[in-house]
Amino acid sequence: MRRFLGYLVAIVVILLGWQLTALALSSPALPTPWATLPMLLRFTPQLAPDFSVSFYRVVIAMFLGTVLAMPLGLAVGRSPRLDAFLAPILYILYPIPKIVLLPVLLVLLGLADAPKIVLIAITIFFQVLVTVRDAAKGVPEGAILSVRSLGASRWDVFKDVVIPASLPELFTALRISSGTAVAILFFAEAFAGNTGLGYFIVDSWAMLNYPRMFAGIVVMAVLGVILYEIFDFAERHLTRWRRRGTG
Amino acid sequence: MEEMLVYDHVSVAYQGSTEPVVALADFNLEVERGEPIALIGPSGSGKSTSLLLVAGLLRSTEGRVLVAGEPVLKPRLETALILQDFGLLPWKTVFENAALGLRIRHFTREERIRRTSRALEQVGLTDFAKMYPGELSGGMRQRLALARTLALDVDLMLMDEPLSSLDALLREGLQDMLLTLWQSRGYAQVLVTHSIEEAVFLGRRIAVMSPRPGRIATVLENPGMGTLDYRGTPEFYTRCQQVRVALNPVCLSERSEDVSDGNACKDDSRPKDTREDLSHA
Repeated sequence: MRRFLGYLVAIVVILLGWQLTALALSSPALPTPWATLPMLLRFTPQLAPDFSVSFYRVVIAMFLGTVLAMPLGLAVGRSPRLDAFLAPILYILYPIPKIVLLPVLLVLLGLADAPKIVLIAITIFFQVLVTVRDAAKGVPEGAILSVRSLGASRWDVFKDVVIPASLPELFTALRISSGTAVAILFFAEAFAGNTGLGYFIVDSWAMLNYPRMFAGIVVMAVLGVILYEIFDFAERHLTRWRRRGTG
Repeated sequence: MEEMLVYDHVSVAYQGSTEPVVALADFNLEVERGEPIALIGPSGSGKSTSLLLVAGLLRSTEGRVLVAGEPVLKPRLETALILQDFGLLPWKTVFENAALGLRIRHFTREERIRRTSRALEQVGLTDFAKMYPGELSGGMRQRLALARTLALDVDLMLMDEPLSSLDALLREGLQDMLLTLWQSRGYAQVLVTHSIEEAVFLGRRIAVMSPRPGRIATVLENPGMGTLDYRGTPEFYTRCQQVRVALNPVCLSERSEDVSDGNACKDDSRPKDTREDLSHA
């Protein structure tokens, strides 16, 4: 309920700011919320499939990136030998903006969902890999020793100590990178193909229909909020112990 | 009589950040079945190292460590280890933490519940089973660490300064609990401690260690231990004095390196603690 109220206040503040900025600038490129809202309603039937396809791409991509990066990050974080080998590779590849791979992916994978999903997945992969590796490295040694002294196998140590200890940082990484993911999604959809919110936005721009473009932007913001809330929900349920006490 | 634990000319050396470090050198000690022994010495004398060896979490460079007649190659199911920070898992509830050893050993669900409930009852944490360690006080966390080992059938209990983070009053209460539990369970116990009083209250023998490289300097007999009111007896004070004297050459030799420090015994990591323990035990 509090959350809901928070969002309500946020929407009012944003609309107010938007309205004032639009009035101050009085440029056709920045329509007021009042001009955008009817467009949002009018284009809902058209926006809905674009929203679904964008949502599908970003969710699948983030899932794939995480599922591939998490085990590798945990393993690298707990194995100094593996880390010594992989860390330099990671440091060279990590700063490269993965978006530059888009042309390559378009050539290799065509114009449909695949190149967009792969591009986002690669970005998420690196962000999750680096975060989870550092989190796994920082697991308190005392917890590992005492679990091992109970006779825990390597797998027990991962399952009972390393994975739960790394979860909070994984979710932080996911929440932060959900913004990056939406940005890449926009770019990839704008650049290639004729589906998704990114395409809807640049298509409106090409038609110089700014209210229609802003309707697309609003829906893209909704997509971002939904992603954020999904991670927040998952985090609250999977890291329940952090809600209570100082642990 | 068969020994529970034997250190046979044990040395441990490892590569430190700048130079090789010798943590233990020619360390010899025998602990009988059911015997509680206290290991006391300045910090950096390899006390913790000596416990990790027995727990099977560290290999000796030279010599052998035998538990129940067998060389220790990996963690042994009947040996329990309690570390200074208790080693609790913050993401597991009190009950799950206490049941961890049983789960790792693949006990059945019924057996896990039965044993864990009993262990929690023994340490007075039954009402807190659903909480997380982060919601407990320091003393309760310590009791939880105890419960985890009590749920198992252990014949050798290893404790690395288990009470050092607790305040003085709480400490005595938990020392009483440790004594009572040892008496009812009859396991052999190796207690590593900084505190002279704790060593005298809980050790039938008190092994005094020399600073790095760690070896046993003296072993003091303490036959009077084993009752809760031992603390108030003249014998207890005499014994504390003996331990203090046994530790003193250790302190003096350390002080000779740093003449400016006129206080009792220099200790880098916990100067206040040690000074207190050494001056008015």
